[in-house]
Amino acid sequence: MSSNATATVVRTGSGARFVIYTLLALFSLFYLLPLYVMVVNSLKPLSEIQAGGMMALPNEWTFAPWSTAWSTAQIGVEATGLRPFFWNSIIMVVPAVAISTVLGALNGYVLTKWRFRGDTIIFGLLLFGCFIPFQMVLIPMARMLGIVGLAGTVPGLVFVHLVYGIGFSTLYFRNYYQQFPTELVRAAMIDGAGFFTIFRRIMLPSSGPIAVVCIIWQFTNIWNDFLFGASFSDFDSQPMTVALNNLVQSSTGVKEYNVHFAGAIMAALPTLFVYIVAGRYFVRGLMAGSVKG
Amino acid sequence: MSQVAQNRRRKDWLREALPKIVLSPSLAMVLVFVYGFIFFTFYLSFTDSRILPSYGLVGWENYSKLFRIRAWDTAVTNLLIFGSLYIVICCALGLTLAILLDQKIRAEGFIRTIYLYPMALSFIVTGTAWKWFLDPGIGLQAVVRGWGWESFTFDWIKDGDMAIYTIVIAAVWQTSGFVMAMFLAGLRGIDNEVLKAAQIDGASNFALYRRIVIPQLRPAFMSAFVVLSHMAIKSYDLVIALTGGGPGTATELPATFMYSYTFTRNQMGIGAASATIMLMAIAAIMVPYIYSELREKK
Repeated sequence: MSSNATATVVRTGSGARFVIYTLLALFSLFYLLPLYVMVVNSLKPLSEIQAGGMMALPNEWTFAPWSTAWSTAQIGVEATGLRPFFWNSIIMVVPAVAISTVLGALNGYVLTKWRFRGDTIIFGLLLFGCFIPFQMVLIPMARMLGIVGLAGTVPGLVFVHLVYGIGFSTLYFRNYYQQFPTELVRAAMIDGAGFFTIFRRIMLPSSGPIAVVCIIWQFTNIWNDFLFGASFSDFDSQPMTVALNNLVQSSTGVKEYNVHFAGAIMAALPTLFVYIVAGRYFVRGLMAGSVKG
Repeated sequence: MSQVAQNRRRKDWLREALPKIVLSPSLAMVLVFVYGFIFFTFYLSFTDSRILPSYGLVGWENYSKLFRIRAWDTAVTNLLIFGSLYIVICCALGLTLAILLDQKIRAEGFIRTIYLYPMALSFIVTGTAWKWFLDPGIGLQAVVRGWGWESFTFDWIKDGDMAIYTIVIAAVWQTSGFVMAMFLAGLRGIDNEVLKAAQIDGASNFALYRRIVIPQLRPAFMSAFVVLSHMAIKSYDLVIALTGGGPGTATELPATFMYSYTFTRNQMGIGAASATIMLMAIAAIMVPYIYSELREKK
């Protein structure tokens, strides 16, 4: 959605415009509703929710659900709160995003500026790897992580996300570098610049936007992942999504809805923050991931 | 051969090979951990694996067993219901919102941000929010009853026949903004000259959209279909968070079936067979799409 694209020439009368704005506002309410429910109910005592006041603003405002969710809520057997799992997610996401982005940039560079026979097939193979149902790799991956001693560890999860993140990061950089003038690269080659020199001096300085797109995409995907986290982590290495699910699904005791909502917001905050700060890049990543080319 | 010439030769070789050397770790990882693992799981689907992989071949037995399991039947039926509604509603809603937003709307960027933010959330977060909002005991039903409409009933999430539709609601909520963005990008790429000419000929707005605009959105429809259908087949997290596959097995999908048969029921051979069928379904959609995309680019 570039801003310079042309708006429609279709003309609408004032009556129609009133209807359009009303509809747009109603749909805004639909999209905001769950967020409103989460925020409002994370700030009220449990009794108000149980009394049927889910849609109302709190009578008594309280941060207690937040501190419970963060540091004392029962996750599985221990009352640790979500804090350690939030940390797990961070130390999982950072290296996985960094390494897959660097590899993606190098791959994209090779696949566009150092083309060789069969490079399109290789790219196709990498690309299809993004879309496979991961159920197809769960069993062997669990075996392999067990054999090399990474089962149930954060490094194991980093590795898994790295492997299945390369396809997308390569896609982004390849499509971006394809637009980059090959003549510049040729000229540098004639001047005797080598593979890495060209990458560092010519490609990297202009890669800022696509690097942001790629980092945001990988960050959002890996932070939000549940399947790999649920399959390959132990209690100690659970990422945030898995811990949140355990918190919400735990069947013991009273269901503390307000704590669940506070926990859900905590799990959502990092990606929401990125979306609000750099939404433009997030949308670009989404589009590039769906409309290849 | 002189030392110098030999050095130069080695240098030339390195220069030639360096790009391939740089690419090779990624390629090796994908070959082993994507394609090797796919082959391994495919192989397991023909073995008598139970709690652990075992290598006694049993032919098509796992597949014939799979198709006789009621829960698999439910999962496939659910996927067809969920997938078709999810795709159709997302496309209809996405297209409508895109057309509305394309009418030189004030604060367009702001509204777009609101429509799209669910895409940034984890399905676990979405599932949690909708799970309690749809819960008859405390959510919408309780609230409306509290407002005075005592007989109001909305308990789909607890109703085996209706629960699958709650998955549709939450999934549409999460992805329809994204589909809107795809259509909006398509709308912005349409050539206005044709529209102006048709306007001069007296075409109504409805006719403009039906006859000129929507037919030109074919590529956007294509991408939306591919993205949504592949997301539907892979749907796992949302079901786990929203209903856990229940009540009973009412909202089981192939992805949740595969997981429970492989890891909790210790029927790894059958789990592998179900994963293989999921892969076939996705490949049938993605391979032609990727092939055509890559061919066009050349």
